[in-house]
Amino acid sequence: MKIIVCVKQVPDTNEVKIDPVKGTLIREGVPSILNPDDANALEEALKLKDTYDDVVVDVISMGPPQATYMLRECLAMGADNAYLLSDRAFGGADTCATSTTLAEGIKKIGDYDIIFAGRQAIDGDTAQVGPQVAQRLDIPVVTYVQGFKIENGKAIVNRMMEDGYEEIEVAMPCLLTAVNELNVPRYMSVNGIVTAYEKEIKVWNHDDLQLDPKDCGLNASPTQVFRSFTPPAKGKGEIVSGTEEEVARNLVNKLKEKHII
Amino acid sequence: MFLSEKHTLIQKLAADFAAKEFTKEFLDHVEESEVFPEEMYQKMAKAGFFGIKVPKELGGAGADNLAYVLVMEQIAKASGVASIYVSSPNSLSGGPLLLSGTDEQKDKYLRPIITGEKKLCFALTEPGAGSDAGSMTSRAVKNGDHYILNGRKTFITMAPLADYAIVYAKTDPTAGTRGISAFIIDMKWPGVSCGKPENKMGVIGCATSDIIMEDVKVPVENLLGEEGKGFVNAMKTLDIGRIGVAAQSIGVAGGALEEAIRYSKERKQFKRRIADFQGISFMLAEMATKLEAAKLLTYQAAMMKDANLPASKEASMAKFFASEVCNEICAKAVQIHGGYGFIKEYKVERMYRDCRVFTIYEGTSQVQQMVIAGQLLK
Amino acid sequence: MAVKVINDKCRGCKLCVKACPFDAITMVGKLAEIQSACTACGVCIEKCPFDAIIREESDEVKDLSAYHGVWVFAEQRENKLMSVVIELLGEGRRLADEIGTELCAVLCGNHVDSLAQELIGYGADKVYIANSPILEKYRTDAYTEVIYDAIVEYKPEIVLLGATHIGRDLGPCLAVKADTGLTADCTRLEIDPEDKKIKQTRPAFGGNLMATIICPNHRPQMSTVRPGVMDKAVFDENRKGEVIPLQVKITEDDVRTKILNIVKTAGEMVSLTDADIIVSGGMGLGSKEGFDKLKELADVLGGTIAASRAAVDAGWIDHSYQVGQTGTTVKPQIYFACGISGAIQHIAGMQNSGLIIAINKDENAPIFEVADYGIVGDLHKMLPAITEAVRKELESK
Repeated sequence: MKIIVCVKQVPDTNEVKIDPVKGTLIREGVPSILNPDDANALEEALKLKDTYDDVVVDVISMGPPQATYMLRECLAMGADNAYLLSDRAFGGADTCATSTTLAEGIKKIGDYDIIFAGRQAIDGDTAQVGPQVAQRLDIPVVTYVQGFKIENGKAIVNRMMEDGYEEIEVAMPCLLTAVNELNVPRYMSVNGIVTAYEKEIKVWNHDDLQLDPKDCGLNASPTQVFRSFTPPAKGKGEIVSGTEEEVARNLVNKLKEKHII
Repeated sequence: MFLSEKHTLIQKLAADFAAKEFTKEFLDHVEESEVFPEEMYQKMAKAGFFGIKVPKELGGAGADNLAYVLVMEQIAKASGVASIYVSSPNSLSGGPLLLSGTDEQKDKYLRPIITGEKKLCFALTEPGAGSDAGSMTSRAVKNGDHYILNGRKTFITMAPLADYAIVYAKTDPTAGTRGISAFIIDMKWPGVSCGKPENKMGVIGCATSDIIMEDVKVPVENLLGEEGKGFVNAMKTLDIGRIGVAAQSIGVAGGALEEAIRYSKERKQFKRRIADFQGISFMLAEMATKLEAAKLLTYQAAMMKDANLPASKEASMAKFFASEVCNEICAKAVQIHGGYGFIKEYKVERMYRDCRVFTIYEGTSQVQQMVIAGQLLK
Repeated sequence: MAVKVINDKCRGCKLCVKACPFDAITMVGKLAEIQSACTACGVCIEKCPFDAIIREESDEVKDLSAYHGVWVFAEQRENKLMSVVIELLGEGRRLADEIGTELCAVLCGNHVDSLAQELIGYGADKVYIANSPILEKYRTDAYTEVIYDAIVEYKPEIVLLGATHIGRDLGPCLAVKADTGLTADCTRLEIDPEDKKIKQTRPAFGGNLMATIICPNHRPQMSTVRPGVMDKAVFDENRKGEVIPLQVKITEDDVRTKILNIVKTAGEMVSLTDADIIVSGGMGLGSKEGFDKLKELADVLGGTIAASRAAVDAGWIDHSYQVGQTGTTVKPQIYFACGISGAIQHIAGMQNSGLIIAINKDENAPIFEVADYGIVGDLHKMLPAITEAVRKELESK
């Protein structure tokens, strides 16, 4: 059984701070990490590898050359092979163009039974690339997967809904997008890290994927960023102080003034 | 300090592990129960922390001394006691096997300690033989296909938890240190018993006790290395061990410095952050500078070992300096915390106690100075 | 619209390198160079003091005149419209009026005819309706196929979907099939008065950055819209509209997934988006039991409880209660943030609340930056006091 996991290197947006005076992003010192949902996707694939014999787990990513560092992390967690789709021509891609490139990379790897991806990446939060890759490969997709098993050659997944979940049977090959609730990603291991650096990460450009530059990156992106700005900060309010009773009374008066109670 | 990408990743693994696993609740629980949960021990084994420098053929990770130092530092930064569990299989208990073990011995004893299935301890010190290890009185007498061991070892880290022990005893009491031999004993063998666990000042959660041997029958295949070569084995092991204690020291010191910086930014007195007082900020500057110097000594010793250069002096310098500086930094971190540094709710209180042993075990600061001076005056 | 450096103007000041949120600019010699990680977000353009960074305009123009009308995906579950649909109809009405076109709803399900009048009452001029047992429950393949066929036939210029677990599944699949762009999780939609195209604004980068997205050369222009952000349409039972049935060509064999079971976990559906009063808690609660105190205050005020991501991650409360970028966006009248430090990703999900009251031990907590009333103190003491004071006040009425 071959499993392909789509992963992305992202800036750790939880570490991003806003300069309170200038209102701009402070990017310095923000580490690049393996996208959290993608770690859950990889963990689910590795669990299959732990359970069944002859499972091969490949990871694939589109990104700049630095993304090899994140791919080494995936190898160090236990993935067998890593592929990086990297090319200047891929730059500026929206989800639509990203899914085209990833789908071509996946076709080139070929022969997969399951593709796992994270639900969404924390730098964009779109949750679009997973289902779009599936559409391009013409395979069924289930998003928001919080539970997974294989029964009689079919995948049985629990799809998270706002108020519970649906148990869904899906034929393989299929693409599943993982949410945080699916599992707890394992740590790398020292052994894994040493092994990861003995492996070669295959880097493919648009020629390798037989993609015309006009079909990838910014050129193939229907959506474009018109402008970006940092959200205006709301003005600081009033500090209510005093003993518990005073604060409580004070607050109740304010709520009364606003006709809330 | 510039690290290779591989070493950066190993450092990240240890830092992530420490941040997620060694939470305040966990550490408080270990301190109160005086027990380090087996479950955590297994998690650490799975992350490959127990066989960092051991070659892959023997079940290890096949990394190097620098990788070991980086892991120790990050683990110790969060938990002093956890770093002892990392140190033991990599250093004092795994070391003698790696140095002198036969293939069978390595297979039987080294592999399971790397996977976390078994625990091994290192038994050299005796009530009357501490820094002067050569004056030990434990005795091994050969009798056909076995030796009979008698004696008492003291302050043996992990002894009450261990499955096996590396024990040093005299096979020839007339030959001085050349009469010392090393043995692998099973703690369940008849005649082997442990003393009452010591009530320690710090690194609570890793039991330390005496090992008492009364007519213990040890098969000849459990002799480790050649007869009479035990002392050399022990000294070489301790040589590597020093780098480990240096790494623990820079780890704990780094943790204490972080706590001190955070607290001095939060705490307000006389209407300003205490960090804004020169008395505090200069203390922090000095702590950070000394820590950096200790780090460089430690990394250098490890990298020299990795390059197969003689590094005995450098390892002693690293251990001596880093452990002394760690005590100084922890003491200052407590001082910066004021009264809060004296109560157990704050992390620096534990760090202050944990680091006290660093200038003592695996060769006191004075023994390190002897080694360094010896090299200088040779 | 690639972003490009004009080499003659670049002075090598590196301001753009520091400003780039995606680390996509490097210095090559003394000149800035844009690398492949660039998302064309344009932050650097505004930062450059020498106007050395520009957008390259694309000159390709397609004939898009065949596309008309604003469509809203009328998501229903168990034959009930999702509340986000009413919000989309409110917003869609405004957009359609600005463009001067019609507002349509597209409704899929089994025996859902009764919902058509409701959609019309909320402002739809037309309702496209597909009724079939295959469509009873949402399934990606079935809904994608049916709605895609409708898009091909009726050519809408804008399609809006709620950013629910269903909308965020359907939207991307539809966009690929229709070969167009999709902007996820929009919080603001505007029509450009000149070319009548839509500008879609959404938070990116964990809420640290807002991006306005356009889709100039592809139709339809598609957006998913965060529930709870737009104003609801007003119901008018006398409104008239047209109901147009859609053909369902697919068969059960074309649908590659089968729903075996539906499990509801949250006792009642946690409707944070509809709540007027939310009492929310974070790590400062200290434990699962901390939520009891929140519940008491919420009960007295007739509100609901919620949580920060940290509290959810700690396992203290179900994910369905999470407010923030990766949880639910809320816009209640009053939002109590108790023991929540105020990570940007949390603030992104609640900053539009009417009145924000924050209780936190740390006076430097970022939550106080957005709070209307800040209380520095121990929430375990403050909350019961507030609950008691509110209760007394209400009883005295």
